[in-house]
Amino acid sequence: MTLPFYQALTADVTALSAQLPLAADNLQDIRRSALERFKAIGLPTLKTEEWRFTNIQRYLKEFPYELQQTPVAVSADTVAAAAIPGLDCYRAVLVNGHLQTELSELPAGKGIIIGALSAHTTAPGFTTWFNEQPHLAEAVLAQLNTALFADGLYIELAANTVLDKPLHLVNVYTSNSPAFVQPRHLWILNRSAAATIIESTVHPDSQAVTFANSVLETVVMDNAELWHYNVQLGAANFREVHTTATHQHKDSRYHHFNFTLPSTPFTRNNLSVALKGSHTETNLKGFYLANQHQHVDNHTFMDHIMPDCYSNELYKGVLLDNANAVFTGKILVHQEAQKTNAFQQNNNLLLGDKADINSQPQLEIYADDVKCSHGFTAGQFSEESMFYLRSRGIGEDAAKALMVNAFSHDITSEVNVPELQQQLQAQIAGIMNN
Amino acid sequence: MLTIKNLHAEVEGKKILKGINLEINKGETHAIMGPNGSGKSSLASVLAGRDNYTVTEGEVWFNGKNLLELSPEDRAREGVFLAFQYPVEIPGVSNLNFLKTALNEIRTYKGLPPLEAKEFLKLTKEKQQLVDFHSNLMNRSLNEGFSGGEKKRNEIFQLAMLDPQLAILDETDSGLDIDALRIVSNGVNKLRDAEKSFVVITHYQRLLEYIIPDFVHVLYNGRIIKTGTKELALELEERGYDWLKEELHLKESV
Ligand SMILES: Nc1ncnc2c1ncn2[C@@H]1O[C@H](COP(=O)(O)OP(=O)(O)O)[C@@H](O)[C@H]1O
Ligand SMILES: [Mg+2]
Repeated sequence: MTLPFYQALTADVTALSAQLPLAADNLQDIRRSALERFKAIGLPTLKTEEWRFTNIQRYLKEFPYELQQTPVAVSADTVAAAAIPGLDCYRAVLVNGHLQTELSELPAGKGIIIGALSAHTTAPGFTTWFNEQPHLAEAVLAQLNTALFADGLYIELAANTVLDKPLHLVNVYTSNSPAFVQPRHLWILNRSAAATIIESTVHPDSQAVTFANSVLETVVMDNAELWHYNVQLGAANFREVHTTATHQHKDSRYHHFNFTLPSTPFTRNNLSVALKGSHTETNLKGFYLANQHQHVDNHTFMDHIMPDCYSNELYKGVLLDNANAVFTGKILVHQEAQKTNAFQQNNNLLLGDKADINSQPQLEIYADDVKCSHGFTAGQFSEESMFYLRSRGIGEDAAKALMVNAFSHDITSEVNVPELQQQLQAQIAGIMNN
Repeated sequence: MLTIKNLHAEVEGKKILKGINLEINKGETHAIMGPNGSGKSSLASVLAGRDNYTVTEGEVWFNGKNLLELSPEDRAREGVFLAFQYPVEIPGVSNLNFLKTALNEIRTYKGLPPLEAKEFLKLTKEKQQLVDFHSNLMNRSLNEGFSGGEKKRNEIFQLAMLDPQLAILDETDSGLDIDALRIVSNGVNKLRDAEKSFVVITHYQRLLEYIIPDFVHVLYNGRIIKTGTKELALELEERGYDWLKEELHLKESV
């Protein structure tokens, strides 16, 4: 007896857990309490404060998704199509969250642990950090993930270990019938470790609809530095809730870049950073370019728990056609977090007739000696600029492409992997010239 | 090459051009002078296709084509170039990328293949020298943080790169010191030939000492009220515009 997916999610816990044999791992207690928590909070509706502008139920009700997938073979061509031209990098290929070692080229060597999360659930890093990020408890879909995830990528860099090349994590989602996939990752950079990780999503078209509810926890220990790029290209039959929860420790630096491009219809990114030490630097950069009926929701939470920390957040969006975006930027500065510098900016170009943005800064500041600012803009191209470009023989579409490229420049120019930067700029121009 | 017949145009419901007639042949240089607010920049804007202007009457023909029916980009591709009085700054668009795009769009329109990177660079170098345009400005954002003079030089540099048939220079001399004025004028003079025409809008006779016009027109209150040769510019410099306005009132009251 199987209940349709949505009913299974909303039925009582025993019904859900009964039809889902929980993975036989050492996490039964964590999974059970996450499931209880998921049921207690309940699926978000438009009345849920954090989901006011994002109707997830519409997408959950869409199909009788299957929670467990039979493995689907993925060709090397599919993976090659996701490559970043010219980039010398390591590669980890995950299909529906499961690591495919034969398609991967993993870094190896002293101080590097990398492999399937399921194979590392007893590692000291795992037992110390798994499910520890404080904001996860409030994130209902993350709770669902904790309860039911199957696998993901575990990375642990020992102290002073520097990954000599970027790691490209290729997330392939594919299934023969509608699938609800829940990858779970944990990345730990110990003291003074450093890495650049580029995550991208591939959903080979013409496959069944996939809904991914992924959770990534990153731990950036003292003086460590992580550059994390998340590039979301997706496809018409892909839907995604992507939760990234980060702990940052003393003197660490964390740079998170999120790019959302067409054409996943539904994308919700939860990004949260909890500062566990002082003198940290956090850069959160986002660029979304959406078309048709795309809905892109970026929910960010910068939690300044400790004093003397710096965070800078810049999200820029270009909305074409009927595209719809949500930006929520929460900054919480605790009473102890004196001398906090926290900046936030969200700028949008509304280019479609029915394009729309809901942008909400949420600043809660309990310390008195802080510098915080936020800003929001939504507008069109400057007519003066458009006329100038066109008066030089540049057609309207090419002029718009140039202007969008210029608009995204603040973000793309900060990408510290030149090959990725070029690919992103080309992708943005390609979408605009289409 | 360019024929303007009884051109009337308004902006935001305000009548600005009130019956302009002008004939410009191949190889000619025409100067347009006139007090502030008389409609000189408006005329340039209407010719270049700025869409906040509405043409209410009249015609403009350019090499047998009805110019007013063309989009701004097609006018440029057909060979009309406007050097702006106030060039805009566009942060994030590099000068170089902008020029390459413009040049290749024009070439595509003409059925030519895009320029090879090497040829493009060669052309860029050559034309930079023409107006003494510093190459370190090339990689910067378009006009961003440029001085007034650098912006004006960039306009003439673009003119040299895009090689139009008809160039309209709207107060290119304002904001230039005398050395820059000489350099820019020399650059323009080197571009002049029997096939190209120029419309030079200026307040100052001194520019016309460098770029010697075939005709000088006085635009006042949306109309060309007097046409002469370069001596007219000298006379305007000495006597101002009041005598012309009086002449006009006398004529109109007759
Ligand atoms: N966008 C506009 N809206 C309203 N009036 C304008 C606009 N642009 C120009 N004008 C008016 O048109 C008239 C002519 O201006 P302009 O063509 O700039 O004159 P000139 O270049 O000869 O100094 C002026 O009265 C000016 O105020
Ligand atoms: Mg003017």
